[in-house]
Amino acid sequence: MRLLVSDLTHRYDDLTVLDGIDLTLAEGEILAVIGPSGCGKSTLLGIAGGIVAPTSGSIRVEGEVPDGCLNPITFIFQDFALLPWRTVEDNIALVLEHHKLSAAERRERVDSGLRRMGLSEFRNALPKQLSGGMRQRVGIARALAVRPAMLLLDEPLSALDAQTRELLMDDFLELWRREKTTALYVTHNLDEALRLADRVCVLSRRPGRIRELVTIEVPRERRQEPSAQAHLAEVRGRLWHLMKAEAQMADREIARA
Amino acid sequence: MSEAATNPYRTSLRSAADWGLVAVALPALVALVLPLGSLNGAPVGWLGGTMAPLFLIGVVLAVIAGRSAPKRVWGAWAELAGVALAWLLPFHLLKEGLDLSAGWGLWLFLVAATLLLWRVMGVLAGVPGGIRSVVVPGLFGLGLLVGWEVLVRGFQVPAILLPPPSRIAAALAANAPVLWDDFRQTVLTSVLRGYVMGCGAGFLVAILADRVPFLARGLLPLGNLASAIPVVGIAPIMVMWFGFDWQSKAAVIVVMTFFPMLINTLAGLGNSERIQLDLMRSYAAGYGRTLVKLRLPNALPFLFNGLKINSTLALIGAIVAEFFGTPVVGMGFRISTEVARMNLDIVWATIAVAALTGSGLYGALALLERATTAWHPSMRRR
Repeated sequence: MRLLVSDLTHRYDDLTVLDGIDLTLAEGEILAVIGPSGCGKSTLLGIAGGIVAPTSGSIRVEGEVPDGCLNPITFIFQDFALLPWRTVEDNIALVLEHHKLSAAERRERVDSGLRRMGLSEFRNALPKQLSGGMRQRVGIARALAVRPAMLLLDEPLSALDAQTRELLMDDFLELWRREKTTALYVTHNLDEALRLADRVCVLSRRPGRIRELVTIEVPRERRQEPSAQAHLAEVRGRLWHLMKAEAQMADREIARA
Repeated sequence: MSEAATNPYRTSLRSAADWGLVAVALPALVALVLPLGSLNGAPVGWLGGTMAPLFLIGVVLAVIAGRSAPKRVWGAWAELAGVALAWLLPFHLLKEGLDLSAGWGLWLFLVAATLLLWRVMGVLAGVPGGIRSVVVPGLFGLGLLVGWEVLVRGFQVPAILLPPPSRIAAALAANAPVLWDDFRQTVLTSVLRGYVMGCGAGFLVAILADRVPFLARGLLPLGNLASAIPVVGIAPIMVMWFGFDWQSKAAVIVVMTFFPMLINTLAGLGNSERIQLDLMRSYAAGYGRTLVKLRLPNALPFLFNGLKINSTLALIGAIVAEFFGTPVVGMGFRISTEVARMNLDIVWATIAVAALTGSGLYGALALLERATTAWHPSMRRR
């Protein structure tokens, strides 16, 4: 699936949070969006997912929906958004319940999600019994159960500690190696962007505008290799340079307000 | 003991002397030189011909056994036996025909026994499982009943002011058929119907008010107003409107329970997190599906809160309403007529039935809540 955003502007009352965003997401591409706090990253994601209506501008989704896809555009949330009274498998089944599926298919979708995220032995656990990393794995398994055509990830690893974050990044890499699901990945963490994304979009402080779109030339699978490090370091330097100025100014504006 | 030996850092006064036991022993020693009571005006001491010395020896043996028990909890059980024996002494003395009202030796001895019970409870309350959650509150309640019985009989409080629990129990047994009829009329007919109607209406209107914002804005201030309405004011009016039978009682209960349920349901419906609502929206769930799958389960702790508050309100409402007219049956009717006839034993028995019913309803709801909201953070095992 492709995503085409043109001249998108969004205001909350008098506050402009996004201003003139033009963005194209190609089929199977992973685009990371980074920027200082409050720059409208999450709003952009909400608009792309259709849960926030933009003030002006257009947003279009084009392309084929794969077989068995029940919810083409699917979110993965920062705080996991699990229902605490449902077990792991029932949390996954939640998104299938209103679809006409045979019992066997329903079970197959839940089971494959559990299996892929290594959750099979926790299927009857409640969310409060799981670690943060395991909870986000439930969130991912739930998203995969609908066979999505596009994933919208809202800082999915921000609530986790450093090791868990590494483990889940590997899970994401594995996911994108097997399925070429288009993804918009919002983060404020440069490491995540450099590990996972094809391109990185740097937003300015509020009102969010696109400062630069940086392409990472090394394919995802080879980014751990020594030969890739020089290029990655250079990209990181450029991204950090762009982010630093924006973050410092955003900080000062918050202090003044 | 063994702990002090193996743990070199615990060499404080705690292990040197058992100050708690000293506090128990002091009043007990003073008690030994004071009379236990009087017989025909003459004071009777510990060696005045009763079996009091045997009780004393039994208690001392129990305390010694408690001190030398290899485990603190076993010791507590031994001391508990001593406490029970000590509190049996006044019953023995009453049977011997003693007047206990001047028996300061006995009362000081019972103070010491109560202090010993304090120690026992302190230990038992630290034991996890059924002992902490059932035995400790049970012993506490039993202690209150025994204390009530002994004080009332020892100081010869007139039964018209306060009968001992044994007399209330006897009245309960003797009047069981009448009390059962009252229970059926008040609880099984009026309270249950009024409660279901009041809570049901509050719940449904809350769901409506959640969709129609002006209803919520208009109804919430009325809730404060309604909670300030005196029952004794509304009850006679409802009896005039709806007649003497259960309908007027149910109407009073509806007035009392409607708003607590409405307010709690509204608060519960607002209890879902932004991100959970986003989740439902992002999977294209409409109002109904979000309500059933997300918002009502999230509201459950609040719903139970309203139901529990209302369970006691409903009982009070029905009993008070029966003061203002009822067919010749019902708990409120029984209290008002038997008070007038100075038949206080039945009044107390009715009060006991009402108290047991109220806590039974509340307890049943609390159990149901525990079963259905075990996922909620407030339901951590205590």
